[in-house]
Amino acid sequence: MFAYILRRILYIVPIALGVTLLVFALVHIAPGDPLNAVVGPDAPAEVVEQLRRSYGFDQPLPVQYVIYLGHVLSGDLGQSVATGRPVIADLGRALGNTLILSVGAAIVGFTSGILLGALAGWHRGGFIDRLATLLTLIGVSVPHYWLGMVLVIVMAVELNLLPAMGMAPGGATGWGFTGAHLAHAVLPVLTMSVIPMGIVARSVRATVAEVLQQEFVQALRAKGLGRGPVLRHVVRNVAPTVVSVLGLQFGYLLGGSILIETVFSWPGTGFLLNEAIFKRDLPLLQGTILMLGLFFVLLNLLVDIAQAALDPRMRRS
Amino acid sequence: MPDQTQSAPLLSVSGLTVSFKTERGTASAINGVDFDLKRGEVLCLLGESGSGKSVTLRALMRLLPERRSRIAGKVLLNGEDVYAVPERRMEKLRGKAISMVFQEPMLALDPVYTIGHQIAETIVRHEGIAFADAERRALDLLERVQIPSAKRRLKAYPHEMSGGMRQRAMIALALSCNPALLLADEPTTALDATVQMQILLLLRQLQAELDMAVILVTHDIGVAAETADRVAVMYAGRFVELGTARQVLKDPQHPYTAGLLASTVHGNMRGHALEAIPGAPPDLTNLPSGCAYAPRCPHADAHCTAAPPSETWLEPGRMARCVRARVPAAAPV
Repeated sequence: MFAYILRRILYIVPIALGVTLLVFALVHIAPGDPLNAVVGPDAPAEVVEQLRRSYGFDQPLPVQYVIYLGHVLSGDLGQSVATGRPVIADLGRALGNTLILSVGAAIVGFTSGILLGALAGWHRGGFIDRLATLLTLIGVSVPHYWLGMVLVIVMAVELNLLPAMGMAPGGATGWGFTGAHLAHAVLPVLTMSVIPMGIVARSVRATVAEVLQQEFVQALRAKGLGRGPVLRHVVRNVAPTVVSVLGLQFGYLLGGSILIETVFSWPGTGFLLNEAIFKRDLPLLQGTILMLGLFFVLLNLLVDIAQAALDPRMRRS
Repeated sequence: MPDQTQSAPLLSVSGLTVSFKTERGTASAINGVDFDLKRGEVLCLLGESGSGKSVTLRALMRLLPERRSRIAGKVLLNGEDVYAVPERRMEKLRGKAISMVFQEPMLALDPVYTIGHQIAETIVRHEGIAFADAERRALDLLERVQIPSAKRRLKAYPHEMSGGMRQRAMIALALSCNPALLLADEPTTALDATVQMQILLLLRQLQAELDMAVILVTHDIGVAAETADRVAVMYAGRFVELGTARQVLKDPQHPYTAGLLASTVHGNMRGHALEAIPGAPPDLTNLPSGCAYAPRCPHADAHCTAAPPSETWLEPGRMARCVRARVPAAAPV
């Protein structure tokens, strides 16, 4: 097990390097000259040339990459072209804000999804199954920006129960565990939890149904185990698959949702990405994508380790 | 029961029928099975796939899915009516009074628990002793089924063992609470030929040591001849022939038994051509009104298709369900 974990950790080094390479290439893949966002189109040629040298764009690409990697490793993601602030500071704040939404959405979406899926799988073909399948189908099909707007119209505009946008009263951006802050998080969290709920419920249902069909479940009954102990065996067998789905879904949630964060004016990573794209703020875009990519890699590592801990068959390879 | 020789049989099955609801209609898997089993007796159920052998075993343990199956008849285990007691009571009987060895141990063992855990869990369930004590008992059991370096195997997962070893572990699991009746559902089918023999010898040895009754399901006549006191031949959910192993295998009275014997390789057949039984087993959703074997039977006539033949008792304990079974001594082949 220990050797397995060590090997998995070693594996992520080339993957992480690949992520940095892709993010680095972004500057050159994106159409147009990256300097266009910094200087106007009618800037004199010598100014552009000087900037090109100061940004290091005159160096060969491999050299540029090594320099970039060095900066990244020392925690320097550059400065935002639009604001001049260090990317890492803005990114940190946005990640924190998105984390609030994604953890909330994970708690709501995962618990309801697991519950719904388990019930449906256990009663496969019955009424509960059909009801749960309908709910999850709606969950994965409904466009969530639309759902967000409907929730805003109903809960905030018509009923005036919950705030419609922002993180705190009066457009403040700090977070605190006060009633007002929590009230602001309710609608975006609910909206965000719908898709993971549907996806988790579907895969839990399929996995539970598949495990229940296996002969060992009958064999467990044949040795005299009652409902409870059999259920425990089923849970242990379902867990590895579900953990991997949860990990993946949490990764998506961490990326924030451009649409949801825009609808609710939530200053998270999705909001930040949106801004960076529209302002052609390449350093900000690079930093955000890099960070989200590395989070994904890290989450996958955790999922792999959790799976190996739960399923002895995984530890071999 | 004409074949009842002792006062209280361990197992008494009468009028057992099982049918399943399927998309194509109702499949009649068991169509009236009656037999008694004494303590320490070995009965072999012989027949092709789909003849109802495995379903019979599962019906005896009340393991069939209750929503999709209709079960009628009576199963008395130690005088207790299996289909009248509450599920709670049945859970106490399963694994303790009656237990089962499955065909494919790789599928029948939980892949994410160790062998030791799975055996110990059963013992804890039925005897309420501490888990550590149960694990010690599990070790004894693994040694008893001759698993080499048993101590290490206790901590092994099913996928870490060979097929033969897994089946030994499955047997250890089934024997963990000294059942009076062991059901073995083709326990050697999934194994290599050399391992098959070892497992059979082990089963027979344990059966004698523990004085267990065993119902062994097989389609291998050699296995039946080696292990059984009595043999019941099943076809389309019925016993078509019943008798001692010697009676049934040496002097088959039902043409299906004769066909099975002629189509299988067994002792002293060198020089004889193998014969195949023509046709296929009947569609269980649409059984013929007469003898279910009639469409494939070389001797079938108008009597056979008119009505299902009733049991003909040739002598106590010797039954054939065939209109020709009356004819004495003349071998039907």
